[in-house]
Amino acid sequence: MKNAAGREIPVSIQGYKEVKPYAGPFATQPDGRMAGPKLKAVFPGTEKVLKSIEEAIDASGLRDGMTISFHHGLRNGDYVMNMVISAIARRGIKNLTLAPSSFLDTNDELIPYFEQGVLIAAETSGLRNKLGRFLTLNQLSKPTVIRSHGGRVRAIECGELKIDVTFIAAPTCDTYGNINGVDGPAACGSMGYAMVDARMADTVVAITDNLVDHPVFPVSIPQYQVDYIVKVDSIGNPAGISSGALRVTTNPRDLHIAKMAAKVIERAGYFKPEFAMQLGAGAASVATGKYLRETMLREKIRARLAIGGIPGPFCDLLDEGLIGTLFDVQSFDLRAIESIRSNPKHREYECSFYANPWNKGAMVNQLDYVVLGATEVDTNFNVNVMTDSSGIMMGALGGHPDASAGAKCTIIVAPLLRGRLPMVTDAVQTISTPGETVDVIVTDRGIAVNPNRADLLENLKNSGLPIMSIEALKEKAYALGGKPEKIEYSDDIMGVVEYRDGTVLDVIRRPIL
Amino acid sequence: MAKEKLRRTVMYAAGNNPGLLQNADIYGADSVIFDVEDSVSVMEKDSARDLVYHAIKNLQYSCEIGVRINHISTPWGYDDLECLLAAKPDYIRLPKGETGDEIRDIDNIITKAEKEYGYEPGSIQIMVSVETPKGLRNAYEIASASPRMMALAIGGEDFSASLKTEKTKGNAITAGRELFVARSMIVFAAREAGIQAIDSVFSDIRDEETLRNEVQLVKELGFDGKSCVNPRQIDIIHEVFTPSEKEIHYAHRVLGVFEEAQTKKSGVIALDGKMIDMPMVIRAQRVLALATAAGVYRKEEA
Repeated sequence: MKNAAGREIPVSIQGYKEVKPYAGPFATQPDGRMAGPKLKAVFPGTEKVLKSIEEAIDASGLRDGMTISFHHGLRNGDYVMNMVISAIARRGIKNLTLAPSSFLDTNDELIPYFEQGVLIAAETSGLRNKLGRFLTLNQLSKPTVIRSHGGRVRAIECGELKIDVTFIAAPTCDTYGNINGVDGPAACGSMGYAMVDARMADTVVAITDNLVDHPVFPVSIPQYQVDYIVKVDSIGNPAGISSGALRVTTNPRDLHIAKMAAKVIERAGYFKPEFAMQLGAGAASVATGKYLRETMLREKIRARLAIGGIPGPFCDLLDEGLIGTLFDVQSFDLRAIESIRSNPKHREYECSFYANPWNKGAMVNQLDYVVLGATEVDTNFNVNVMTDSSGIMMGALGGHPDASAGAKCTIIVAPLLRGRLPMVTDAVQTISTPGETVDVIVTDRGIAVNPNRADLLENLKNSGLPIMSIEALKEKAYALGGKPEKIEYSDDIMGVVEYRDGTVLDVIRRPIL
Repeated sequence: MAKEKLRRTVMYAAGNNPGLLQNADIYGADSVIFDVEDSVSVMEKDSARDLVYHAIKNLQYSCEIGVRINHISTPWGYDDLECLLAAKPDYIRLPKGETGDEIRDIDNIITKAEKEYGYEPGSIQIMVSVETPKGLRNAYEIASASPRMMALAIGGEDFSASLKTEKTKGNAITAGRELFVARSMIVFAAREAGIQAIDSVFSDIRDEETLRNEVQLVKELGFDGKSCVNPRQIDIIHEVFTPSEKEIHYAHRVLGVFEEAQTKKSGVIALDGKMIDMPMVIRAQRVLALATAAGVYRKEEA
C-alpha cells in the first residue's frame, strides 16, 4: 500500500508490529494510558553499589530475549555500550534487542555480537559506519526500527518499546544513585536522553567512573529511579565526547549557505522580538548562528528560546543576551558543558519535554524557526538523513522530524552537490522527514520554497535571495552532476523508518551492491 | 564606459582543485580567475591546464571567468594559451607584465585563436599584473598596448620582493607604505589608458580588520577592485567598494539639481549651500553607475 508520503509500504513486515502507514504529520491522536516501569521498593540499608558489571547484569535479572538500552550523550567517546555488551556476552545471555537512543561511530565493535546472536535486533535513531552497513546488508530476525528522538520517547511511553534494563553511562553518580552529567572526567553536559530511560526502564544500572558521596548536586537522574551502581575505571574518552569548542566552520561553501539561511530567517516573516529557534549540529546550521547573530544585533531582536542539541556558539548568544533561555537535551561541546554547569538560563531537560509528539506539548511545538541539514532532498521536499547514495544506513533521524513538524518555518541547508552527486533529486532514497513539514531548502546555488507556503514565498520575494522552484534546483543539480542512476533493491526489508507518531514513513530495503 | 564592468572582486581559484573550480562562481565574486600559474606546482602544470580547459568548456558559470597563464617566457606560457583559448575564457591574466611587446604578442595569439574558433573578434580581453619596477616603469605602455587591455593589476607580494622589502600590514594609517607609489602609478597608468585598476590580494584571511583598512585605502587611491584568494573576503571588499545608501542618496540629489539647472539654464548650481561643479557631477554619475552595477540602486528609486 502507498502511504501519505507516496511510499510503497508492505501490508505486514516480518518481525515488526502491525503496520500503520504514515497518514500525515498530525493524523494520529493517541488512545489509552501511559506504560510504566515495574513497581519496586528499595528498603533502608540496601547497598546499591555493586562490584562489577557482571554482578549488576546478574542482579538486574537480564535474561535471553529482553531489551536493553543506552544513551548516546557521550557520543564518540562512549565506552559503556561496548563494555556492557561484551560483559553480557561473557555471561552467555542471548537474543537481546538493543535499543539505544542512538548508535555512534564507536559501535562497530558490536558487529560480532550480532553475528553470534547475543544481539538479534536493533531499535535506534541512527546508525553509522560499519555497523550501519552490516545492519543494512545482513538480515536479522527483525528489521532495525529507526525512530526520531521524539518518536522513541513516544514508543517507550505508549509501551511499543519496553526497556527491561537500561545501562546509563553516568559522568557523576553518588552512592545512592543520584546522577548528573556536568561533573567528572567524562562530563557530557545534559543527560536529556538518559533521563527518559531512567524513568521508564524496569531496571536501571548506573555505570560511573566518578562515584561520589551522597548526595550529589545538581541531580539530573534521581536516586529513586536507580537500582544499581557500578564503578569502572573510565566511562568515556573526553576527546570523543567533545572535541573541544565546536568552532564555526571555515568552509566557504557552508558559510555561503549559512549566510543565505540567516537571511531567510530575517525575511521569512517570523523574525520578531522573542522568537524561538533551533539550529542543527551540521556545519552550515551552526554557522547560520554566526550570521543570525549579526542580524539580531543590527535589528535589536532577541530570541526568547533556543532548543535542541546545544553547540557552543549558542551559549555565546545566551551570554550576550541574544537568547533568553536555552533548553538543552544534548550538549555538543566543552563550551556547552561548561555553560549548562554554570549558567542558570541554560536548562537541562529530557527528551519528552523536547520532542515527544504524544504529550501535552513538547518544546518543538513552540519553534518559529529550525535550521537542519540533509543528506538529500527531493522535489516533494522530503528529506533523507538516514541512507547514503548506495542505500546504506549511515545517518540519524535525531530530532529532525520532530523539530520540522513543530516549527512554523523549517529550513533545510545542504549543498546542491556533494562531489558529483546531486543532492536535490526526483525522489530521496529514504524519507526521514516528510516534505509536508519542510518549508525552505537553502543550497549553495539556489533556494526553493515549498509551494504550500505562499506566505513565505511572498515574504522572500524581494529579499534578493536566489529563489527558484525546487524543480529548477533539481535541474541545476542534474545539469552539473548528471541524473543519478537508480539503485537496485531486493525485497528484503532491513529497516523500518517510523514517523514520530509510530506510523511507517518508509522502509529500507537491502540494496543489491 | 564600455570597459566599466563591475570588478570589485577578482577571486583566484587554484586550477588543480576540481572542487574549487566547480563552485568558483557561487560566492558572488564579480570576476573569477582560474590559476595555472603560482598555485600549481611544476609537476601539475599540464593536468591543471586540462582541468581548467574542461571546466570552462563544460560548466556554465554565472560570472566572468579569466585564466592566469604562466608567463610566456616560461616553458608553459604558450602551451597555456594554446590550450585554454580553445575553451574561450573571458580574459587572459598575464603575470609579471614588463613590456608592451609581450602584450602585443599575446594579442596576436588571441586574434588567431578568435579566427580559428570563430569567436567574435576582440571578445577575449587581457588583464596584466605588474610585479616589478620595470613593469611599473612601462605601466602605461602595457596598459595601452592592445585594445584588449581591460585592467592593470599589481602583484603586491612580488612587487615588494623585487624592491627587496616586504608587504607589510601596518595600521590604518601606514598600511602598506612600501606599495604606496607603485599603487598610485598603476592607477595613473590605468586611468590614462582608460582601463581599470585592480589591487593585489591580502593573504591573511583571518585578519578582517586589516583587510578592510587595506580595501579602504586602495579605494581612496582610485582602484576599481581587489584580488582575493578566499571567498570569505568577498563580503568585506564588496562592502567597501559598493556605494553606501548615504552616498547614493547624495549623488542622486547632486544629479537632480544639476539636471534642474541645465533645463533652467542657470549658471551656478548649489546644494545644501555648497557649490556643485563638474567634477562633483562626474563623481555622482560614477557612484550611481557603480551602485546600479552592484544591484543596490535602480533609477526609479531614491
